[in-house]
Amino acid sequence: MIWSLLISLLLVIPGITSPVIPGSTSSVIPGSTGNLQMADQVGHDESVQEEDVDVAGIIFEHIGDDYEWHLLTWGDKHVMLHLPVIVHSSTGWHVFSSKRLEHGASYEGLKIDPEKGKIVEVDSGKRPFDISITKNVLSLMMSSLLLLVIILLTARWYKKHDVLNEAPTGIAALMEPLVMMVHDMARENIGEEDYRKYSPYLCMAFLFILLNNFMGIVPFFPGGANLTGNIAITLVLALCTFFTVNLTGTKHYYKDIFNPDVPVFLKPIMPVIEVFSALMKPVSLTIRLFANMLAGHIMILCMVCIIFIMAKYGPLLMGSMTVVSVLFGIFLDALECLVAFIQAYVFTMLSSIYIGLARAHGE
Amino acid sequence: MNLVTPDSGLLFWMVVIFGLVFFLLWKFGFPVITSMVEKRNATIEKSLKDAHQIEAQMAGMLAEHAQMLEDARKEQAQILREATDTRNKILAQAKDEAREEASKILADARTEIEAEKEAALRDVRREVAVLSVSIAEKILRKELADDRAQRDYIDRMVEEAVRDGDRS
Repeated sequence: MIWSLLISLLLVIPGITSPVIPGSTSSVIPGSTGNLQMADQVGHDESVQEEDVDVAGIIFEHIGDDYEWHLLTWGDKHVMLHLPVIVHSSTGWHVFSSKRLEHGASYEGLKIDPEKGKIVEVDSGKRPFDISITKNVLSLMMSSLLLLVIILLTARWYKKHDVLNEAPTGIAALMEPLVMMVHDMARENIGEEDYRKYSPYLCMAFLFILLNNFMGIVPFFPGGANLTGNIAITLVLALCTFFTVNLTGTKHYYKDIFNPDVPVFLKPIMPVIEVFSALMKPVSLTIRLFANMLAGHIMILCMVCIIFIMAKYGPLLMGSMTVVSVLFGIFLDALECLVAFIQAYVFTMLSSIYIGLARAHGE
Repeated sequence: MNLVTPDSGLLFWMVVIFGLVFFLLWKFGFPVITSMVEKRNATIEKSLKDAHQIEAQMAGMLAEHAQMLEDARKEQAQILREATDTRNKILAQAKDEAREEASKILADARTEIEAEKEAALRDVRREVAVLSVSIAEKILRKELADDRAQRDYIDRMVEEAVRDGDRS
């Protein structure tokens, strides 16, 4: 696993290029380094001097997925990570750098659909089976590797030290409260009997969400990808909880769903409601985490965009609004740090409660 | 917007990566940490319980110690009292004995003195008798130096003797 991650990292490193885009002179705000995204979007439209900022474009570029990772713009240079494209189209497997698809170019019968922002086949316009290392996938790989390293180092500390005579230091002191918090939560919600079986999954889910939430707040590489604000990620997490709950449920749990102790006239209705509720649990988990993180990102991006929107209204208004938006940005960043923790906690706690309900034994 | 449609590629990678990382951490990560911490917690709990127990024992031992000290002090006082009593008794007894001895010695001495006195008196009496006889002899010799006086004396004596004989 680690090796495949390393190899994929090596694959993308040669893709780091800094192409000078000729003629991209019409920056929206000359001299400002904050306009990296806009330069890309409006760079080729030289006829317009003062252009309205494409706020939606900027925001969706940040919160969406991409085949390349825009690191920064230095003057006219765009420093990008061109990530590998891996697709299986009607003509077989294709693996190449996304640099070949830049600016709408097509390669091996594939191109990026400008509307969807995804690779499609040039001829048929169909989506091929696409497991490219996108921005989110790379971010997922890096944060997973980081999580793996952190936890294995912590575990190593416990193996190497006499835990009965030494207080935890370093990484163990940092991770122990988090891990034990989830472990104790599992004990409380699942019960003394078999919480040990579920504690590793809950720890994993909590730390994975927490780490990726915080990575999402970090505004530069290797952070900045909107991973936990992506529905695919939260869906997988919620499905893990769903399968854990429903594959390890007790007889009593299933009896409560399909044959609950209710008056006879409710008997046919209750299973429908119960099954629906069981299916809605992962949906609510998915949407809650996804929407919270997405909204946080969008709010912060909006705050930053205010500065650029205000640019055309003159220096006075722009200056004063900059102060306001910076203050609000700081506030929202702090709030996001709080939300990052709360959402990880809520997801884990709800998961443990659902598992606890499914482990119910008759009274 | 494709925000709410999960992307198949990301789903695939997420399942693979999350699964792998979870498997590794489930095998080598979290159980190591939690079991160690739980072991430590159990030890701390046990140590606390032991400490409380030892504290209770210490308190018991302290009370016992105090009790022992108290007992020893009582015993000491009693021994001292008994010693004083014994001493006083011995002293009193010794005094009594001494007094008795002294009175006995005195009595003995008195008897002896009495006997000595008797003996001395007896001696004196004998001496006086001898002396008086000799004195009387001397007086008689002197008085009866001539014959007439001797006759007179004999007469008187006879007379007296006769008188005495008559009377008796």
